[in-house]
Amino acid sequence: MSVVLDAFTVITVTAGLVFFLAGTVGLLRFPDALTRLHALTKADNLGLGLIVLGLLPQCPDITSALKLIAIWVLVQFAGASASQLIAQFVRRNEPGP
Amino acid sequence: MSLLVDLVLVALILMAAVWTVLVRDRRDAVIAFIVLGLLLSLVWMRLYAVDVALTEAAVGGGATGLVLLRACARLLPVEAEGRLPGPGTQIAAGLLSAIAAAGLAAVVLSPPVPYPSLAALAAENIHQVGLGNPVTAVLLAYRSLDTLLEKVVLVLAVIGVWALTPDAFWGGAPGSLKSKHASGALDLLARVLPPFGIVVGIYLVWNGADHPGGTFQGGTVLAAMWLLMMMADLADPPEIRLKRLRRLVVFGPAVFIAAGFAGIFMSGWFLSYPPDYAKPIIVAVEAALALSIAVILGLLVAGPAAEPPKR
Repeated sequence: MSVVLDAFTVITVTAGLVFFLAGTVGLLRFPDALTRLHALTKADNLGLGLIVLGLLPQCPDITSALKLIAIWVLVQFAGASASQLIAQFVRRNEPGP
Repeated sequence: MSLLVDLVLVALILMAAVWTVLVRDRRDAVIAFIVLGLLLSLVWMRLYAVDVALTEAAVGGGATGLVLLRACARLLPVEAEGRLPGPGTQIAAGLLSAIAAAGLAAVVLSPPVPYPSLAALAAENIHQVGLGNPVTAVLLAYRSLDTLLEKVVLVLAVIGVWALTPDAFWGGAPGSLKSKHASGALDLLARVLPPFGIVVGIYLVWNGADHPGGTFQGGTVLAAMWLLMMMADLADPPEIRLKRLRRLVVFGPAVFIAAGFAGIFMSGWFLSYPPDYAKPIIVAVEAALALSIAVILGLLVAGPAAEPPKR
């Protein structure tokens, strides 16, 4: 059983890292602020989500698992709000269509 | 494998440090400094100093960064005039910084052998204090005088900031922190996050007795929640003439000093705690300090009064 859980952890955390890598590449390579934000949200949402999901079976007790999930939810919320604020700033400062 | 992680971390920190110094724009330099603070907190994690890591992330990266960003905004009109210090001043400043860095490097690179350490002694006697977290035991029991003076310095810092108030505004409220443009996202964040942030802040203070955490970390989180609400225009910066506000600023240090004098009667020395009651006294002092630190940090970011007091 533990082998299956360990394999699950390795696979999901690796998948999460792939999203972080893709998000970083996007942040560096995309042409403007809005598309870069788009790339970052993928790392935040899916990357961190997959890593937290992968770490859940490794938690010693239910409290640590809940803490991990709480961290993910808070990062989601803060990340989404910060992205909105940056996007609003960009929209205000760009010349209108 | 872990060596690789450390090396990457060191390289990133050096890059952030060089970036902070070399970048021309002042605000870019502050952002680089915030990045540096967050990277340093990772280093403290690698050294298993979780308390320091939390403090570095909260104060070094968060609170200091915010204060510096506010200072940048304030300095913008000065910068527009384009007056830079002359080459003599610049070279002197560079030389002084280089000498300070060289001195620090000399101290760090040639530690005395054997390294003087009180760690074993501190760990041996921790049971007398009744705390599980050795960092808190050092801060509030062994070296409590240092900690007390640190908190008094914070009060002095608030007085220093308030002293910059123009006469006409004395007693009024600090300049509003809110953005010129209303933002639904910020409003939502400032309505939803504070209940969680307040719980986390209190948890950090309460947890500090036996686990990583403590007054400064918890107080900073509480201050961040207050500042978030001020930025979203859900709370106004308080007028600095308010008696209640001033009492809150000195409340923590006052409780600390009172506990110190009580120590004279209970166990003979200033700031000594009777072994049976050490833990409750320390936790009470920490709670009072966290409240004051939260108010003080909020006021430090808000800055001097920028409008006349309302009648």
